[in-house]
Amino acid sequence: MKLTVNGVAHDVDADDDMPLLWVLRDLIGLTGTKYGCGEALCGACTVHLEGRAVRSCVTPMRRAAGHAVTTIEGLSAGGTHPLQRAWVELGVPQCGFCQAGQIMTAAALLAETPQPTDDDIDHALAGNLCRCGTYLRIRAAVRKAAGP
Amino acid sequence: MTIEVTRRGFLAGLGTATAGLALGWRVLEAGSAAAAPAAARLAPTPTQMAVFAPNPFIQIGSDGLVTIVCHRSEMGQGIRSSLPVLLADELGADPRKIRVVQGDGDEKYGDQNTDGSTSIRNFFEPMRQVAAVARTMLITAAATRWRVPAARLTTHDDAVHDPATGKALGFGALATAAAALPVPKAAALRPQHELTHVGTALPLYDGVDYVTGRAAYGADIRLPGMLTAVIARPPVVFGKLATLDDRRALQVRGVRKIVALPVPVPPAGAQPLGGVAVIADHTYAAMRGRAALDVTWDAGANAGYDSRSYTDQLLAAVRAPGELVRQVGDAERALAGAARIVEAEYVVPHLTHAPMEPPVAVARIDGDRCEVWTCTQDPQDAQDAVAKALGFPKAQVTIHVTFLGGGFGRKSIPDYVVEAALLARAAGAPVRVQWTRDDEIRHGYYHTHSAQALAAGLDAAGNVVAWRHRLAYPSISATFTPDKQHPSAGELGQGVLDLPLAIPNVLVQTGAAPQHIRIGWMRSVNNVQQAFAVQSFIAELAAATRRDPRDMLMAVLGPARTITPADQGLDKLGNYGASLDKHPIDVARFHRVIGKVTEAAGWDGARRSGRALGLAVHRSFLSYIAVVAQVGRGPRGELRVEQAWIAADAGTIINTDRVRSQLEGAFVFGMTSALHGAITIQRGAVEQTNFRDYPLTRIGEAPRRIHVELIASDGPPGGIGEPGVPPVAPAIFNAIHALTGERVRTLPLTRAVR
Repeated sequence: MKLTVNGVAHDVDADDDMPLLWVLRDLIGLTGTKYGCGEALCGACTVHLEGRAVRSCVTPMRRAAGHAVTTIEGLSAGGTHPLQRAWVELGVPQCGFCQAGQIMTAAALLAETPQPTDDDIDHALAGNLCRCGTYLRIRAAVRKAAGP
Repeated sequence: MTIEVTRRGFLAGLGTATAGLALGWRVLEAGSAAAAPAAARLAPTPTQMAVFAPNPFIQIGSDGLVTIVCHRSEMGQGIRSSLPVLLADELGADPRKIRVVQGDGDEKYGDQNTDGSTSIRNFFEPMRQVAAVARTMLITAAATRWRVPAARLTTHDDAVHDPATGKALGFGALATAAAALPVPKAAALRPQHELTHVGTALPLYDGVDYVTGRAAYGADIRLPGMLTAVIARPPVVFGKLATLDDRRALQVRGVRKIVALPVPVPPAGAQPLGGVAVIADHTYAAMRGRAALDVTWDAGANAGYDSRSYTDQLLAAVRAPGELVRQVGDAERALAGAARIVEAEYVVPHLTHAPMEPPVAVARIDGDRCEVWTCTQDPQDAQDAVAKALGFPKAQVTIHVTFLGGGFGRKSIPDYVVEAALLARAAGAPVRVQWTRDDEIRHGYYHTHSAQALAAGLDAAGNVVAWRHRLAYPSISATFTPDKQHPSAGELGQGVLDLPLAIPNVLVQTGAAPQHIRIGWMRSVNNVQQAFAVQSFIAELAAATRRDPRDMLMAVLGPARTITPADQGLDKLGNYGASLDKHPIDVARFHRVIGKVTEAAGWDGARRSGRALGLAVHRSFLSYIAVVAQVGRGPRGELRVEQAWIAADAGTIINTDRVRSQLEGAFVFGMTSALHGAITIQRGAVEQTNFRDYPLTRIGEAPRRIHVELIASDGPPGGIGEPGVPPVAPAIFNAIHALTGERVRTLPLTRAVR
């Protein structure tokens, strides 16, 4: 099956019901997308499918075929997306494990809602867990990336 | 981009330097660091540079690059952004230019168990000493070259400076000469005020790697030929495989091998739980293979464990006199003669760590050597456990520490690392053991399940004249030593034995509580339930006597003084392994954080403004933290934690930003335990499986503001990773009481354990 991830075409030999998460991590070698729960409960595996945030752990590979998949590695060149810059400047990450998923979800939010309120942010990121508890800095960083 | 790790790359470099050989020129093996960008930042990177390496922690190349080893695991506390900066400051290196590499498990670094909030409090002075030795040698080298007295030379910005002549020599230019000098046993430390970066908001060293997906966690390691294993474990601790039919599993595409693991024998320790491993080409095949196993279990002796009936057993234990652990005066007599008695019982269920990254380890066996990459809090313990399991000498086991996607105490016990080593041997190939979320929730080392009964005697004026505290919970000691049924002194030293009480009659007793599942350390450990009970109860005493909760708290803690064991009716106090001379239990510091937090929160004006505030204070891991939580109601009338104030006195702070971040995070972590967390057990097996039934606090529930006040101090540092958690739950429940008049005594709020 042919997949396009971060603009690069891959020919993947696997069952077409294999979740995109495992295709990315184990077959293509893009490990920035994380496994956290396997049931779309934590958001650590969030990637973009045609710009929309999806949970790759419950997205069968066949659903991604023919669509543009973007992972954290492809969000920007060298971490220059405004969200990535804001995340570093405000020191958002603690352990960092959930942050790729948080950023991918927030990037999809900003693409649709360039000036989100705190309620918009809470609503969009409701599916992204952070056990370290960095939520307040996540809110601040999304606002910072959105700009004045 | 595959994160490919070459063995050569890891074995070369600073990690192999030994203390005895460290002095002098070392030409290190060349390697292709460029091939492994993320992993390379975690491990000693090969270099062709000759170096000055006076000890295992510091390496200075003739190019002037200062490399500092972080020997403590990074699990979100920000240690890689903190401790290396302290070394740089003491050395005179520019912290913005240092390279930090992660130390392997190796006894040459001393203790590496990243637990107990010890990384800074136990290493502040030793790491300064290490850096001061290197600085002294660089100064001696410069003094010799310039033929001037060493005493007038200083270091800063990666150079030795002579203020008298204005001359400067970079560390790189001095590395060769410094390396030829004898290493002094000790060196004078700088005056602390010269540590110019200490006490400031320092940048996140790994920030860019975290936000680009380059940071390598345990699950991100890829070795040539590596297989992935997922394990079906017995649902009950010390259960055994009864029947296995693996035919369907072996037909799953990608499944290579099915392996039964050895059955553990009590006590549990760090032994794997046994079960059946499905080894496959990739994670998905291993997971599907496990689902296709036809397996039955013999539950064994723990099948009778039911956490609901166990709650009753614990409550029965604290309703009767138990083993005496602290006594001053005669509390029973004072209670009998009191004008009024207030009593309350508190129950905290089992909790689990739920780090976002479930446990994972990668092992490769090559002849008589084993090499492991894993997210461990304690690489030396992992090294010992793997060596023992394989029957290898310890020196033939290498543990590389990756980033940890959260630890919270779970990753201090290396059962999952041993699994990877055993399966790598069984498979004849490198194996990654991936725990699923379901595994993490169902097979943890749980926070203990506790009941506590508190009773206070009040005189006619409402003064507390008697205090009786009874506790029962399974001890962590029983995970490692059979037949322990009472909490240890160390466990009780977390807010019970060390609690200042200006009360003439005090009695503390413990009841028996046998262990039936694996109990482990979870962030803040027994401080969690002990602070919850004590700080709730003091607020209950305030309510009973219609006093302001802060006034009652100050009255119970009593006047400014330092606490001696004799004050507590004890021979000694554990004090988190620290001396009472250096880290006294100082009631004035309780007062200071209470004063600071209530001032910031507008405590005195709270009633006028209609806000419901709750206050709690707790000392743990040598730091003093006070919390005020503000609780209100959301649009549908639901209770909401609207904002919080935290005041912390942690002694000297290296990185104020990471300390703030830890305290903010601790509040949210504490909210999960207060509001949601409960592991329940039926017929010996954990009932929860994932975040749907072990919910964590989500962003919408997090307060809109958390205000952190840090007390300026140049005293010895205390811990910071854990002390923020214990006061959170009681502060929230004290606020809920202020808002609703309801008193919550059983955690969590949203789900009664009984």
